[in-house]
Amino acid sequence: MAVFTRGFGGRRPDSERPVPPGQYLTDDFPVLSIGPTPNVDTSTWQLTIRTEEGAEHRWDWAALQALPAEDVTVDIHCVTRWSKQDTHWRGVPVDAFFADVETAAEYVVAHSFGGYTTNLPLDDLLDGRAWVVTEYEGEPLEPLHGGPVRLLVPHLYLWKSAKWLRALTLHLDDEPGFWEQNGYHLYGDPWSEQRYG
Amino acid sequence: MSSWHAAQVVRTEPLAASARVLTLAVPGFAGALAGQHVDVRLTAPDGYQAVRSYSLARVGRDEVVELAVDEVRGGEVSPYLVHEARPGDRMEVRGPLGGYFVWRPHDGGAVQLVAGGSGIVPLAAMARARAAAPTSDAPFRLLAAVRTPADAFFAKELDSTEGLTTTWLYSREAPPASTRPPGRLTLDDVTAHAFAPDVGARVYVCGPTGFVEAAAALLVDAGHDAARIRTERFGGV
Repeated sequence: MAVFTRGFGGRRPDSERPVPPGQYLTDDFPVLSIGPTPNVDTSTWQLTIRTEEGAEHRWDWAALQALPAEDVTVDIHCVTRWSKQDTHWRGVPVDAFFADVETAAEYVVAHSFGGYTTNLPLDDLLDGRAWVVTEYEGEPLEPLHGGPVRLLVPHLYLWKSAKWLRALTLHLDDEPGFWEQNGYHLYGDPWSEQRYG
Repeated sequence: MSSWHAAQVVRTEPLAASARVLTLAVPGFAGALAGQHVDVRLTAPDGYQAVRSYSLARVGRDEVVELAVDEVRGGEVSPYLVHEARPGDRMEVRGPLGGYFVWRPHDGGAVQLVAGGSGIVPLAAMARARAAAPTSDAPFRLLAAVRTPADAFFAKELDSTEGLTTTWLYSREAPPASTRPPGRLTLDDVTAHAFAPDVGARVYVCGPTGFVEAAAALLVDAGHDAARIRTERFGGV
């Protein structure tokens, strides 16, 4: 039975488009990070994909720039309840990095500079549903928001979109990442409100 | 953790011009760790609901939730909690939430707290938990940045909390006796008042995004190990 709050009117979202349950719309861009923002230099940055067999694939900044990037307009949803519509990013679909990767693994752990990790099913990174992004709203991605390079997986809560991306490791089993070990959901679908584990 | 508890306001107390403490009775709420937060859900007469997260200002009492809420101008939920809610009003609470930005009484070693504005709330919960744990002799320091003396939450209490050394830093207007001119947190403030890096303190920084970015960078510049600095940011940029 609902618990009504006397005197509370609330403000209905003026968006035509639905937002996931329990979310509110914001125009600014809140920042949630577990520690200091790391300084990541593009001259030394590398992205590594390591398979369950230990095979490694690497891209430096120049190799990243050589991959076909695309412009992406998506809504993003943070587990702390803000959502932001029509955000503009530029990046490379994760598919491009997996073109030559042989794996039987179904799970990925994304690793950040600074030590953060988050786990995702590999399928959720493929088929044009996730990007390795370097620009936000037409500008190089700020360190505050994960620059120079972050993962963008907009169909899951934003803690899955690891900032300061440095590696994707492949695993046969789903291995909980940082927040997933600290009370949050293993998968994190905002439309099913999978906030807490 | 994932179920909502019915909650009722039992007390409100002014805390600053735009902030107050709300004490809620929450049957079934089994207590929390210092630093954790809860989700608060308000329901309008037509069934419309809004949810926000608030840090707990005090932990350790079962079935009681104490929040210290600062009004976000133009916000949807905080103006209600700061100006409208009164004893007897009902809402819902879920939690406690968050397992990282926490301090446990058996965590040994020195603790450096760094607060910006209302970011002091979860840090005050840690200092209170430290004072309430007679077994803990962990030395605590708090560096609290506020706009003016009137914005200093829990000042009297935190100035006299057992085991805690508090330094207030004012950005806009300092008390007449203050020798430090008002201004933003600097590297000198950090080196003068925070534990030295070789103490190896755990560091907790909480505040608005811009403050936390700046403070965490200064702590790293001062020599603190980034891996020992835990942060909680709020608000956008």
